[in-house]
Amino acid sequence: MRLDIRLPLGFLFLILGLMLMIFGLTSDPSIYRQSLGININFIAGLGQFVFGLAGVYWGGRAEVRKLRAKGHHGTDN
Amino acid sequence: MILSGIDWAIMAVYFAFVLGIGAVLRRYTKTSEDFFLSGRSLPSWICGLAFLSANLGAQEVIGMGASGAKYGVATSHFYWVGAIPAMVFVGVFMMPFYYGSRARSVPEYLRLRFDEKTRGLNAVSFAVMTIFSSGISMYAVARLIQVLHVLDFPFQRLGLPEAWIFHVSIGVSAVVVLTYIYLGGLTSAIYNEVLQFFLIVAGFLPLVCLGLRNVGGWHGLQSGLAPAYTHAWLGFGDARNNRMGVEWFGLVMGLGFVLSFGYWCTDFLVIQRAMAAESMGAARRTPLIAGFPKMLFPFLVILPGIIAIALPQPPAPISHAGSGTTMVAPTGKGLVPIKIDPLSGRPVMDSDGEPALDYDLAIPNMLLHYYPAGMLGIGISALLASFMSGMAGNVTAFNTVWTYDIYQAYIHRNARDGHYLMVGRIATIAGVMLSIGAAYLTSRFNNVMDVLQLVFAFVNAPLFATFLLGMFWKRTTGHGAFFGLLFGTSAAALHHGLSLPAGAIAGVKGGWISVLHVYPSEMAQDFWTAIFAWTTCFVATILVSLATPAMDERKLTGLVYSLTPRIKEDEPHWYQRPAYLAAILLGATAILNLVFR
Repeated sequence: MRLDIRLPLGFLFLILGLMLMIFGLTSDPSIYRQSLGININFIAGLGQFVFGLAGVYWGGRAEVRKLRAKGHHGTDN
Repeated sequence: MILSGIDWAIMAVYFAFVLGIGAVLRRYTKTSEDFFLSGRSLPSWICGLAFLSANLGAQEVIGMGASGAKYGVATSHFYWVGAIPAMVFVGVFMMPFYYGSRARSVPEYLRLRFDEKTRGLNAVSFAVMTIFSSGISMYAVARLIQVLHVLDFPFQRLGLPEAWIFHVSIGVSAVVVLTYIYLGGLTSAIYNEVLQFFLIVAGFLPLVCLGLRNVGGWHGLQSGLAPAYTHAWLGFGDARNNRMGVEWFGLVMGLGFVLSFGYWCTDFLVIQRAMAAESMGAARRTPLIAGFPKMLFPFLVILPGIIAIALPQPPAPISHAGSGTTMVAPTGKGLVPIKIDPLSGRPVMDSDGEPALDYDLAIPNMLLHYYPAGMLGIGISALLASFMSGMAGNVTAFNTVWTYDIYQAYIHRNARDGHYLMVGRIATIAGVMLSIGAAYLTSRFNNVMDVLQLVFAFVNAPLFATFLLGMFWKRTTGHGAFFGLLFGTSAAALHHGLSLPAGAIAGVKGGWISVLHVYPSEMAQDFWTAIFAWTTCFVATILVSLATPAMDERKLTGLVYSLTPRIKEDEPHWYQRPAYLAAILLGATAILNLVFR
């Protein structure tokens, strides 16, 4: 049994997405002139956040299942 | 370039995850098979993404963007001709022998199939090659940090001399890669490759969207460029009519067959990722699953290069109030600046007397052009990630081949498993140290590196003929394989020594024996060198095999097609079956070629 990669992957993008979204909402809007007036930080951050959420959800669900299966058989420590 | 606090914070979070994964995986790395082959326990989608990412080093991200700016959509040949068919072939036809034979490395397969000398030849040349490739990646990352002035500002603040930036960049990248591989072995490398894959998508997808929006979509891009830029196959009837200077036959045979199959089907760097899979089905699916993102990668890495060349010239260096970002060089074509000689500080001229363009800066300049603070941190992290995984892929392949195929085979045969695990960890340290040496060698003597890469090309070009005959013709013998390889490599060297690309001076570019033939481009010469090497190896292997006694067929079960029971594809769902995946992949690639013809 080992670390399910979806968990670190999900958490990485949750954190990065959150950072980008907060920065996107609080930063000076004039920096978005170079990204064609689009608040690319907020939009990309939202995308990364949703991706991260999905990773944590699927990875976490698999971990819970594994733990339940273990508890059921009660053999593995 | 001055990065803001948010950019540094993003990079710090990413690096914390990279090292954290290594630290967590250390607990699961107990045997040598855990360390070198991830305990053969990973699901196919993870192996597939790692299979793709291990190849996604410096050359891929910066180099393919550069080629996009230079050659346009025709760069997609490196994917749709030069990768997908080979990935399908290795998954459907060759993986049963690699995975089924339980060989722990590609050289070990050669020992099982042929003999000790063929394995030794392959193991030693491969080990040397991986060290230099990882050194070149390390050199490239340090150069990029220098050219983009990433560390200039923090160095000024700390009062450190600017000359140290190169050393610090090399040192930091080496320590990071060393740490996570040392701790978690191949699993750690593979997990980080998956992270890196998604980070590259996260960093480049918004860039493509912004760029396309800026130039008015695909049609806007087409209308601003010559047709040769936006068509993959235009002018490939004759080498003189396309920007690559190659005709379709040289392209399909040289790149699509010899070089591509030689890399994707025999290079342990990628095969190792499939060997880590949890089952035969998962191992066969690994290259096929990698094929789907590979097929779409041109849109992510080539397109930004094309957009960079198509953009109108920026009027003056753009400077931004908040971030203080400035362009690297404001002249050139679009966002691609003129190449400056680092020694003289003057523009480099091409053979026509025009200033040459520094295409390698197409992608970095795109990031600087469109990304404000925040996304810039993601973009730079994605670039650094790609360089590191290029390095890590080579280091994991090196430590495995060194431990199993050189140390265990010739130095210390019957030790405990724990001993080989320790040797693997020491080999990781040694491999990274040697890579640092190679990186400095590259920075000192650029010519040495050119010569070495040439030698690697000679050694690699014939390899696929040996594997093809070995797997599909049971009469192939060890002597045939060994001497076929030697003849093939000699043929490559001979062809290179007798031909020259147009406009080049005899020497490292070719023609060092005498110039019998002039190719329209260096690419054409490379492809034809490969074709000659492959054909010579193929013919020589057959002739020598027929002249030497046949091998015992009982020992070849599981190693040769005709002596191995067929695999029944009994996966429960159709989308898990290699044959279906292969058909979809080939069909979709054919459609892409038609759409962008």
